Amino acid sequence: MPESTDSAVSAEDFVDILDGLRQFIRGKVIPLEREIAEKDEIPQELRELAKDMGLFGYAIDQEWGGIGLDVVQQAELAIELGYTSLAFRSMFGTNNGIAGQVIEGFGTDAQKEQWLAAIASGEVVASFALTETGAGSSPASIRTKAVKTADGWSISGEKRYITNAPSADIFIAFAKVINDAGEAKVEVFIVPSKTPGITVGPHDKKMGQAGAWTADVHFDEVKVGDDALVGGKPGIGYKAALTSLAKGRITIAGLAVGQAQRVLDESLAYATIAKQGDHVIGDYQLVQAMLADQQVGVSAGRALVLDAARNYMNGSDTRVGPSVAKLYCTEMVGRVADMGVQIHGGAGYIRDYPVEQIYRDVRLLRLYEGTSEIQRLIIGSNLVKQKLAEG
Amino acid sequence: MKIVVLVKEAPDTYGERTLSLETGLADREASDRVLDEIVERALEYAIAYAEKNEGTEVVALSMATDAATASVRKALAMGADRAVLVTDEALAGADVSLTAEVLAAALTHIGFDLVVGGDQSTDGAGGVIPAALAELLDIPQMTKLASIELTDTTVSGTRATDRVTTHLRADLPAIISVTERFAEARFPNFKGIMSAKKKPFEVLTLADLAGGSDNGAGTTIDVLSAPRAIMTEISAKPARAAGVKVVDDGDAGTLLAEFLKKNQLV
Ligand SMILES: Cc1cc2nc3c(=O)[nH]c(=O)nc-3n(C[C@H](O)[C@H](O)[C@H](O)COP(=O)(O)OP(=O)(O)OC[C@H]3O[C@@H](n4cnc5c(N)ncnc54)[C@H](O)[C@@H]3O)c2cc1C
Repeated sequence: MPESTDSAVSAEDFVDILDGLRQFIRGKVIPLEREIAEKDEIPQELRELAKDMGLFGYAIDQEWGGIGLDVVQQAELAIELGYTSLAFRSMFGTNNGIAGQVIEGFGTDAQKEQWLAAIASGEVVASFALTETGAGSSPASIRTKAVKTADGWSISGEKRYITNAPSADIFIAFAKVINDAGEAKVEVFIVPSKTPGITVGPHDKKMGQAGAWTADVHFDEVKVGDDALVGGKPGIGYKAALTSLAKGRITIAGLAVGQAQRVLDESLAYATIAKQGDHVIGDYQLVQAMLADQQVGVSAGRALVLDAARNYMNGSDTRVGPSVAKLYCTEMVGRVADMGVQIHGGAGYIRDYPVEQIYRDVRLLRLYEGTSEIQRLIIGSNLVKQKLAEG
Repeated sequence: MKIVVLVKEAPDTYGERTLSLETGLADREASDRVLDEIVERALEYAIAYAEKNEGTEVVALSMATDAATASVRKALAMGADRAVLVTDEALAGADVSLTAEVLAAALTHIGFDLVVGGDQSTDGAGGVIPAALAELLDIPQMTKLASIELTDTTVSGTRATDRVTTHLRADLPAIISVTERFAEARFPNFKGIMSAKKKPFEVLTLADLAGGSDNGAGTTIDVLSAPRAIMTEISAKPARAAGVKVVDDGDAGTLLAEFLKKNQLV
């Protein structure tokens, strides 16, 4: 299999980076998990540490001030980040992922120059504003529109469930533009959050991932200049959304594997300490069977994510593989977390145990950046399309 | 300003730590080897100072086997400018006085305004290296400090003990040792990790140090005479005896208080 070896970060350095991150997560973040969950907030100190570490820009090119990890390295990093509260990763997830990638992949040099270094350092938080009521799984149906003005654009519409909207400095906002042929096409704009006409709603009360905030974002005749249009010319938005989301799926799959590993470790620790009668519960074969199934899920998921990342990187599969990995890993972690709760018995339903939180937190992974149904549609339709094309 | 931080690898205190009963040396295979935590605090001080004071050079100095390379490199990842590792087979099992002589020679070789060490390591727990270095190099020592203030020509600091706080000041060059009152070390960031391998990392043997340089006290290092402290016997710690159980027949409070008093725990 051809593999790209020209990562900006050498394999040797990456081993140390991963090791450093592991120590940071275990030494600093895991001890704060309860606090993050109870206060529904990432402590400011932790945000500063994450910035200093380079976590807001690990996926952004070194040329633009980031760390420049390649896709396989990003997947490995995601697995490690998945070992703790997903809210932690969410804090810088949009900068590296869906939002940052739009500017890096599709922005003009001037736009990259203006924003990427600040995004990579965490000085600027970027949010990805695509979803609307009635336009989640079907992003082509968005109703937010951008109308050409003399010196730029006027954007109006309603977005919902936008991650990091309350702390965002810029929105990567998707809106429809009527082109010269009279067709409505999805375009994407960089909109500073303080621009008049923008209101961010109160943050949503979510099932899980306390500490990660989403909110509605209203655009009411928000005026931006011509330089706000990503790529500088029309015809880019829809592709930017789909490309950015596809790559993001590898990260989501990696996070799922990390959470599954954590559940397995928590379950194993519990099963070898908690007793019923004279036996630790891990002595019971039905409990061992659950541990075994968890291990199989983790191992298969890890192999799948890294394989998808390699194929994405060498260009052999940028479409189906990420969906396969996201579908399998996010469903897998749902089952693994469910077994984790089961292994813990009543304790698994009590907030003091991490599995209780993880059970709720991972539910989101099957919904955003494409629901499981949408992943199946992508995989299935591409398979058929490829076969038909072969004739 | 040139600050040399004495860095030392130690078994991770979070893990199991064992001594080999054959050699009396720490069993390196038995536990993860990391930079000793107190050393990290010393480094943190030096690096934070360097960040605020342009023209400061921070050098990490260690005497260890080359297996310690990764740990010493962590000092570079945290932000030290360069590292010096003295490593030589003849130094296996070196005692405190030999270690001090070697470090003194290395410090003379490097040159310094301030030497910073931890007050004592978590493994050897000798706590005398800074004092021994002060003697060999004929420089002032200020040990077990809780805080310090550094100017171009002097270092001042406080030493807090149970009953008194002592304020100290010395002219540079000097050597100090820090306690856990110093700030916890930073985690090396990704950029630091990537730049660490590009920073100068000098590896010296005893021959390098003996050639031309001395131990600061005017004599060359005499490896043949070392080590001077010889371990004669080593045995495993006896298993812990069962504790005292206080059964409450209404007088448990009194019994507990008596126990604490008797064992001088209050
Ligand atoms: C916590 C959280 C954070 C989010 N962050 C962001 C963000 O930062 N930016 C952003 O733009 N969006 C974000 N979203 C939105 C998210 O991407 C959407 O909620 C998701 O894509 C699903 O869209 P929907 O909610 O409109 O559900 P719908 O699309 O209405 O889905 C409802 C059900 O119908 C199914 N369905 C829909 N269409 C089809 C079809 N064609 N065939 C078969 N089944 C179908 C779905 O699979 C699902 O089961 C976030 C959502 C949440 C909950």
